[in-house]
Amino acid sequence: MTTEHTYSISRSSKASLIAAVLGLLVLVVLAAAPLWAGRADMRLLSEVFLYLSLACLWNLLAGYAGLVSVGQQAFVGFGGYMLFALAMFAGVSPLAAIPLAGILGALVAVPVALLIFRLRGAYFAIGTWVIAEVFRLSFAQISALGGGSGTSLPVALVRSIASSRSMREATTYWMALGMAVLVLVVIYALLRSRKGLALTAIRDSELASQSFGIDIWWHKFAVYLITAGLTAMTGALIFLQKLRISPDAAFNVNDWTAFVIFIVVIGGIGTLEGPILGVIVFFLLRETLADLGSTYLLILGAVAIVVMLKAPKGLWGMLKERTGLELFPLSRRVVKNKT
Amino acid sequence: MDWVNAIVQGILLGGLYALFAAGLSLIFGVMRLVNIAHGDFIVLAAFLGLTITTTLGLSPLVALALVVPVMAAIGYVLQRGILNRTLGEDILPPLMVTFGLSVIIQNGLLEIYSADPQKMSAGSLETASLSLPGDLNVGVLPILMFVVAVAVIAGLQWIFYRSSLGRAFRAVSDNQDIAQLMGLNKAHVFGMAMALSLAVVGIAGVFLGIRTSFDPSIGPGRLIFGFEAVIIGGLGNLWGTLVGGIILGVSQNIGAQINPGWQLLAGHLAFLFVLAVRPRGLFPRID
Amino acid sequence: MADAVLSTRSLEAHYGDFQALFGVSIDVYPEEVIAIIGANGAGKSTLMRSITGLLVNKPQMVTWKGQAIGALRADQIARLGIAMVPEGRQLFQSLSVEENLIIGGQVGRKGAWSLGKVYELFPVLKERRNIQATSLSGGQQQMVSIGRALMSNPDILLFDEISLGLAPIIIKSIYEALPTIIGEGMSAIIVEQDIAKAVSVSSRVYCLQEGRVSLEGRPQDLTRDAISAAYFGV
Repeated sequence: MTTEHTYSISRSSKASLIAAVLGLLVLVVLAAAPLWAGRADMRLLSEVFLYLSLACLWNLLAGYAGLVSVGQQAFVGFGGYMLFALAMFAGVSPLAAIPLAGILGALVAVPVALLIFRLRGAYFAIGTWVIAEVFRLSFAQISALGGGSGTSLPVALVRSIASSRSMREATTYWMALGMAVLVLVVIYALLRSRKGLALTAIRDSELASQSFGIDIWWHKFAVYLITAGLTAMTGALIFLQKLRISPDAAFNVNDWTAFVIFIVVIGGIGTLEGPILGVIVFFLLRETLADLGSTYLLILGAVAIVVMLKAPKGLWGMLKERTGLELFPLSRRVVKNKT
Repeated sequence: MDWVNAIVQGILLGGLYALFAAGLSLIFGVMRLVNIAHGDFIVLAAFLGLTITTTLGLSPLVALALVVPVMAAIGYVLQRGILNRTLGEDILPPLMVTFGLSVIIQNGLLEIYSADPQKMSAGSLETASLSLPGDLNVGVLPILMFVVAVAVIAGLQWIFYRSSLGRAFRAVSDNQDIAQLMGLNKAHVFGMAMALSLAVVGIAGVFLGIRTSFDPSIGPGRLIFGFEAVIIGGLGNLWGTLVGGIILGVSQNIGAQINPGWQLLAGHLAFLFVLAVRPRGLFPRID
Repeated sequence: MADAVLSTRSLEAHYGDFQALFGVSIDVYPEEVIAIIGANGAGKSTLMRSITGLLVNKPQMVTWKGQAIGALRADQIARLGIAMVPEGRQLFQSLSVEENLIIGGQVGRKGAWSLGKVYELFPVLKERRNIQATSLSGGQQQMVSIGRALMSNPDILLFDEISLGLAPIIIKSIYEALPTIIGEGMSAIIVEQDIAKAVSVSSRVYCLQEGRVSLEGRPQDLTRDAISAAYFGV
């Protein structure tokens, strides 16, 4: 007796289905946080979501497009400043200013990319840093935005978000959660599309993908713009939550790039799951060690070095190697169907 | 007259920037490594100089005799202990590891020395100046630093192109496998390159500490100056770093002359301008 | 018979998941020239990379004068007197002709070869000693590559595909010079795709096929058919 098999290509697995169901449940619970969480918890969670979105974006840039940037604070700060400028001078409501800040961030990334794409590898990284410095020094010169000491969002504008304080806090919380979901969805859709396949090919071998006719420059350029726009939106949200902005806070390399890189490296670069795991580990470390001040940063630096040397694929990479687990069904597998 | 003065001071400042850049250029030339912690090592050297001058009562220039070998030793051990393991096709590991080192050095210095700005005193040398024709007063110390910078670059140039160590550097840079077949231990050659790089960083750090006040957070800024000088001058060209440093120094001083807030911005813009019109720098040697 | 100077025993080599050598055992006796032939991809260059330490093995897989050297680094092996003329010459492009030769002598082994002796063997190199090595013609580059290996005064010299990419007349003159190059007390391994060339200068032949030794013996004992069967696997 013979059993006939047909084969089909599938991306989903049992684990990814379970993950999707669990993910939706978690999302519902998190969306209901204003009902069950305290003010401090909600602030912390918002921060987690915004860091998650920054980490996923940096991961897309470095882990998938091979563009290792240490200057993403340029777009975080730019987005923040655009929110303040649009709200204060153009009369745009703060909520509407957020997507606008994203569009402006993607636009300003065009000339930036044209310049720094001339640099390769590690020099590209430092080039992005120079750009962030240029942004910081330039915004420090704009006296209407408070120059070097920065400015606060006028109370009237803050009130315009929502009338009561608890409603405002719930709104910004939901927007932070929404931002993280948006980033995850965009990246997931991007990676599942043909463009994503091309990106994976570029990551695996630039030379080979070039010979398949993939235009590497355009793909990298497109990813850079998308990342810049979404990073600027995240930046706008970060400073909407802080209600105050200054050049040093907006373009801070430690806050908006170093921590983000640590999250991705510790979690696992080049995977969608890595930044999620990384952000959880990062906040656990931070909440337990933050009282140590600079010692905490010393430990973080050491952890990043050890992970890079001993487990360059990060925690998620280790887990995936041992178990083959994949929560976001990205890789295709051949499935045998019994008929 | 202010303008001429600004330019002259800018040229002399360029010497210091060339010292920031030379070590960066050297290790990139030998092993394609970019050390993100380069600037933090400069600051580390400055603090090392500070500790030596205050505890032993030495002048900063004498302290160089201690700082330089200590920094070189740190470089060698660091390269052989950690950085050699990160080298390969993938650029991410060296980048991440030196980034981690940068955070460690900054916060380590913060723990030991606090965030307060410090400065080294070079005594009467600091106030001594030469009067040049046309009402120009130029400090002896900046001139001394510039002369040392030129001498250091000439020395590096000699090592790179005239010594057996330099031959080994170039051979390993060309083809690591074949260089090993010639009996060169790659790990050791890379260690020596990093030792030399941090020896120059030692000089740069002490000079920085005499010239201006410093604190643990200023390292990344020095890295960026060094990097800009390297790119302006052209990758792999040691004399190019001097030209790059001078262009950067002059741009900053001209910017400051127009508006004090524009000092750093003018330097960055000069860099971006060169990147726009001559992406490979003014005198490139490496692709 | 005297003991072999160089032996490999059940040598295996891997590039990642790909296995290139499966238990290769060869011997080279004092003052012997052996040839290793085989088609493209048979594992000849991999064998050379394993012997010279560019690929790391288990210690006992390669022995040199009775010492297990399989796990030594390439630079340590070079100092023991094993030198290679690599495939494709691979001169250092940032070094002049003379610097390429000097760096070959850097291992500091004493012996008959010096800069002067190499220039005597290849006078054209002396004239062009200060120019960039890679701006020479292919044949002259091969001279530099051979001279560079000789400068270390090796006890054994490995030639990896020295005729590849060179004009027939140049190949002929290089093969004519081989007896001078492989002097007294020296052994050699000649790796070639050109069977006739290799056989003409060697006393024993090993044929590799898909990472295994498919044939070995003295040239006069091997028939054409046996060689082509071992070479092509037909």
